[in-house]
Parts: sequence; C-alpha cells; structure tokens
Amino acid sequence: MRHLIPDRLGSLAARFVDRGVLRDSAALIAGLFIVGVSFGAVATAEGVPWWQAAAMSLFVFAGASQFATLGILAGGGGLLAGVAAGLILNLRHVPYGLAVGDVYWTSLRAKLIGTHLLVDHTAAFALAAGSDRTRARKAFWTVGIVLFLMWNAATVIGAFAGQLITDPKAFGLDATLPVILLALVLPSMRDARTLLAALLGTAVALATSLYLPAGIPVLLALIGLVVMWRGTGRNRTERAEATA
Amino acid sequence: MTMLAAILALAAGTYLIRLSGAVLRDRITLSPRAEAVIRAGAVVVLLALAATSTLLVDGAWGGWALPAGVLVGGVLAWRKAPLAIVVIAAAATTAVLRLIGVA
Repeated sequence: MRHLIPDRLGSLAARFVDRGVLRDSAALIAGLFIVGVSFGAVATAEGVPWWQAAAMSLFVFAGASQFATLGILAGGGGLLAGVAAGLILNLRHVPYGLAVGDVYWTSLRAKLIGTHLLVDHTAAFALAAGSDRTRARKAFWTVGIVLFLMWNAATVIGAFAGQLITDPKAFGLDATLPVILLALVLPSMRDARTLLAALLGTAVALATSLYLPAGIPVLLALIGLVVMWRGTGRNRTERAEATA
Repeated sequence: MTMLAAILALAAGTYLIRLSGAVLRDRITLSPRAEAVIRAGAVVVLLALAATSTLLVDGAWGGWALPAGVLVGGVLAWRKAPLAIVVIAAAATTAVLRLIGVA
C-alpha cells in the first residue's frame, strides 16, 4: 500500500505537471504570495474574521475583485456596489474562457474545477503554449493548482501575521505579476496583427482608465481587435501608425 | 452578514463569468481565423491588464520605478531570457530604483 501512493502521485504528476512550467511559476508564486498575504492582512485590518477572508479566497479566487469588494464593503459602500465592482473586474475572464476554455474542457470534473482555476496567469500560461495542446493542458493545471494552494495559504497567513509583511512593494515584488503576463504574451505578439491589436487595445485601456471604473478599460481593449478584420495591409499599417 | 452575502454573490457570479467563455466556445464551431481572433482577444486583454496595472495606481500615474522594472523584464523576455531571470531582473530594478529614491 505504501509504495502504491508514490506511484499514483508519480503518474498523476506526469499527466498534469510540467517541470518547466513549475520552475517558471516559482517567481509567480512569490509575487502572488505577497498579494495573498496583503489580502489577508487588509481583511483583518478591516475587522473581517479570518475565516471569511479565507472563504473569499477559496470560493472567489480572483485577487483584484476580492480587494475591490472587500474595500467597498469595509468602506460602507454597500453590498450591491461591492459585488458589482468585483464582478465587473472579473468580466475579463470571458475572453480568457473563449480563448483557452478547450484546455480543460474534457471530463465533467475537469470542467468544473478548471473553470474555477481560470485566472489571468493560468490563461496566459496556456496561451503561451501555443498550439501544443498537451503543453497547454499541463501548463494550465500546474499553474492553476499551485496558484490556488498558494493563494489560500497566503490569505490565512496574512490574516494572522499580516502585520509582519504587508507591503507588496517590498523588494519590487509588485513588478512580478505584470512582468510575467508581459513575458507570456510576448511570443503571441510575434504575429504582426496580434501585436497591432494588443498595442491599440492597450492604448484604449490606458486612456479610458482615467475615466472608467476598474475592469472596464481592459475589456474596451478588445476594440484593438478591429485590426484583425480582413482588410488591406495598407490600411492596417496606417492605423498602426496613427496609434503609435 | 453582509460580508457573507457578498462573498456568496461574488463567488457565484465569478464562477458563471468564468464558465460562460468556455461554454460559448464549446457551442460554436470556430474557423481557424475565428480561433486566431479569440486567442488574440485574450492576448489583448492580458497586455492591457499588464500595462494598466504597471502604469496606473488607482487610475493615476503610479511612478517610474514599477514601469522601469517591468520594461527591463520585458526586454529580457523579448530576447528569450528564462522567466525566472525576467522576473528577478524586473523586481530588482524596481527595488533598486525605489531604494535610490525613485517613486
């Protein structure tokens, strides 16, 4: 019996875990750990019991929306406003599901769990695998499971010991999450039209961020996809120059 | 009590949002072209997210240290450096800039 367990773990690991991805996600873990700890710490500071912060991380598993909803509720903004702000922030998961949903769309169990594990970085890792389905699958599950465990552990640690390490800016760790996203989408942008769409979309998001609530600008970035419309190369180049 | 209701509503709503993209994808047959467009869509959103969270803090300019770090990491990633190097370089750049007083 005892020798069976490592064997099963081994075969499970071979099916789902990718060593390269595991190594790549080590840095991601450090960055997300700090964010999770600060979420737990903020919750405690706002007088939220630790188990409620933990339940939020467990069932929502979407950092930015957790901060937003918690912040609005703690600030007396009300249930509706708090939940709405969180949900708007999470709408960006719709394009993620469209793009990489097939990666975990296998058995019923994989669909149910995979859906919950769809976050910015799992989508980015799966996309970065390109057309290699096996690699995309391994990347999605490896990063998803590791992040989920880390996020929940960090929340609980932060709720109890958050005063010790509360500043995500310490050691430049706040650069971790965006730079990983950037690094993971770069290969896709070797395709000229995707690059144009992304640059135009990012310009739209940055411009509208000054006026619109968080979550909407990154969706408006999808306007950038107009450059993917079948058109003449000349038009596309002109449009690119206009946005540069 | 309000917090528990918020957690439940946010969790349920977020799950449905996450579900919708994949369900929609499963129901339609995608041409290779449509496939390319929706993949580009996710790339667009991810880059916009990386850019806004790098440049803006609460909807306003967030200072030079973070964008500089992310830029250094981005250049390394473009030159195909391993992800660990990319991240360490980005974090170190940001940390050093803050240490010498750049916001």
